[in-house]
Amino acid sequence: MKVLLIGNPNVGKSVIFFRLTGAKVIAANYPGTTVEFAKGSMKFPNIEAEVIDAPGTYSLEPTSRAEEVATNLIDDADLIINVIDATNLERNLYLTLELIRKTNTPLLVVLNMWDETKHKGIEIDGEKLEHSLDVPVVTTCALTGEGVKELVQRIDEAKVSSLKDLKDPIWFEIGEVVEKVQKLSHRHHTPLDILQDLSIKPPFSLLIAAAVVFFSFSIIRFIGEGLINYIFDPFFENFYSPIMIKLSSFLGEGSFLHSILIGDLIGGGVDYGVSFGLLTTGFYIPIAVVLPYIFSFYLILGLLEDWGYLPRLAVLGDRLFHKLGLHGYAIIPMILGLGCNVPGALASRLFEARREKFITATLLAIAVPCMAQTAMIINLLGRFGGQYILMVFSIIFCLWLVLGRIMNVFIRGQSPEILIEIPPYRKPHLKSILKKLWMRINWFLNEAFPLVLLGILIVNILYFLKIVNFLGGIFSPIITKLWGLPQETIGALVIGFLRKDVAVGMLRPLNLSLRQLIIGATILAIYFPCVATFMVLIKELGIKDMLKSTLIMLLTATLVGFALNNILPLMGI
Amino acid sequence: MLSLAQLSPGQSAKVISIEGGRGLRQKLQNLGIREGAVVKRERGMFTFGPIIVKAGSTQIALGRGMASKVMVELS
Repeated sequence: MKVLLIGNPNVGKSVIFFRLTGAKVIAANYPGTTVEFAKGSMKFPNIEAEVIDAPGTYSLEPTSRAEEVATNLIDDADLIINVIDATNLERNLYLTLELIRKTNTPLLVVLNMWDETKHKGIEIDGEKLEHSLDVPVVTTCALTGEGVKELVQRIDEAKVSSLKDLKDPIWFEIGEVVEKVQKLSHRHHTPLDILQDLSIKPPFSLLIAAAVVFFSFSIIRFIGEGLINYIFDPFFENFYSPIMIKLSSFLGEGSFLHSILIGDLIGGGVDYGVSFGLLTTGFYIPIAVVLPYIFSFYLILGLLEDWGYLPRLAVLGDRLFHKLGLHGYAIIPMILGLGCNVPGALASRLFEARREKFITATLLAIAVPCMAQTAMIINLLGRFGGQYILMVFSIIFCLWLVLGRIMNVFIRGQSPEILIEIPPYRKPHLKSILKKLWMRINWFLNEAFPLVLLGILIVNILYFLKIVNFLGGIFSPIITKLWGLPQETIGALVIGFLRKDVAVGMLRPLNLSLRQLIIGATILAIYFPCVATFMVLIKELGIKDMLKSTLIMLLTATLVGFALNNILPLMGI
Repeated sequence: MLSLAQLSPGQSAKVISIEGGRGLRQKLQNLGIREGAVVKRERGMFTFGPIIVKAGSTQIALGRGMASKVMVELS
C-alpha cells in the first residue's frame, strides 16, 4: 500500500513523516532541492505501507515543477494524508477541498500545529470539521508527537468524502466550513512574534541577518575543525597509517600498484596531503577533510530551514539579487551551493526562465565555493593567517557581484520578481533534522565519494603515463606567464575538473609562495565546476548555454589570475 | 481603486481584481491573495525591495511590479 503525505509548504509535514516512518528513510531524489521527495516505510495496525512525503504544494493546479511532482504522486497513492496547519485553516483547506473534489482516493486530514492554535487565540472544533468535510480529522502536534498515535490508529477510517459532488466555488465552501468550525479571539504578542517581526523589519533585520550568517559559519567551522582535529585526524594517524605502512611494504615501493594505491612515501611514512595514493589521500580528503564540514554545514542548514529563517533572508537579499538579474529566492541555490554545488545546481530548477537559470548556474559554478573547496582553502592558507582566507573569499564574493551585474546588463530579458510566503518561526524538531542530515550525508558518501576516488585514480594513471607533463607544456604560457604559477600546477587544474577539494590539496606539495597559493586557490575555486556539477548543469541548461557559461568561466579565471598576479605584489604579498 | 503597491503601510484593503495571467493569479491565490480577500500592508519595512502583506494569517513578500497588478479597495 502506498500512503501519500501531502500539504502546503511549512505545515510540519516532514516532521509527521519522520515520526511515522522508521529509520530507513531515503530521498528519492537529492534532498534540499525542490523536486525531491522522501520515502520510507511503516507498519500500520494490519498493513505494511510505503509512505511518501510529497513536496509542499498549495493546490492541485501546479505553478512549479515541485507542485507538479506532488500532483503526479497522487495518482499512485492508495491513501492520502493531508496535513494542514491548524493556525492557517482557511488557506490550507483549499488543497483539502481540491483533494476531495478531484481525487477518488481515501483521504484523512491531519490538523497539525494543534498546540499553537491555543497561543494564537484560534479555536477549532475538530469534530465539526470532520463532519463538515466528511473525512476523518486527527489533531496532532508533530513536534511533541501528540496525536500521531491516534493518526496511526484511525488510518483505516480514511474515506472518499461525500462532498465530492458539491459544485459551489471552493472559496465559497471554505468560507462556510471555516465559519462553522473556527472561532478567533484576541491574543497578545509573544516574544517569538516580536522576534519574527524584527527579523524582517529594518534596521534589526540587517543586524539579525549579519549575526545569523556570522554565527552559522563560526559554528560550522568550529564543529568541522573539532571533528577533524579530535576524531578524524587521530583516527587516521593512529589506526589507519600503520595499516597503510604494512600494505606499502607488502606492495613494494615503486611498483605500479604501490604508486596507484599508496602513492609516494614521505620520509618513510604516509603524508595524507602529499602521498596521493587511492587508499591514502583518496580516502583521507573526502573522509577526514570534507565530510566533517559537510556534516556541520548540513546540520546548521537543516536548523535554519526548519526554524523558518531562510525565506526572511531571501526577502532581505531581494534587492541585491535584483541587481544580479535574479530575485531573493536565488539565495536558496546559492546557500545550498555553499554546501555542495550539485544540489545548488539542481535547485536552479526553481527558476523556470532560461535567463535566471543561466545566471544562477554561472554564478554558482564560478563564485560559490562548495564546502569541500572551503575546507581546502582554509587548510591551505590557514597557516599564513585568517586574513588570507578572508582575502580569497572576498575576491570570490566581489567576482560574484561583478559577474552577476555584467550578466544582468548584457543578457536580454527582465529580472523576475519575488513571491514568497514568510512562514512563522517554528521550533526545530531535532530528530527530523538529524534524519535529514543523515540523508544528505548518505548522498555525499554514495555520489561524491566514488568520484574522488575515480579522480585520484585517473590522475595517478595520467602521471604514470606522463600525460600531465604533456598538457603542462601546452598550457604553460598561461600558467607561468599570466598567473605566475609553476608548470606543475597543471596537474591540480586537470584534476580540479573531477574534484576541487583534491585539486586544492594537490597544491600543497608544490612548495608555493603565499602569492602563488592565493592565486592557485582562487583560480581553482572559480575556473570550472567539478564534473558532477558540470553534468547537472548540462542537463539543466542544455549544451549550448553550458558552452557559453563555460566560456565565461575560463575567461574569468584567466583574467582574475592575471589581475591577482599583478595586484598582489603591489600589496606586498 | 488603487493597487496593492500604492497601499500605505498599515492600511487594509479588499482585493477587487488581479490584472495578470492565469499563472500569476493562481500563485497569488495559493497564498491567499484572491478576489474578495482582505490584505494588510505591513508597517516598518524598507521603502525599497518587496512589499510585505498579510492575507489571513499568511505573511507574504511580493515584488512591486506584481503588487501593482493587484487592484484593491480600501476597507
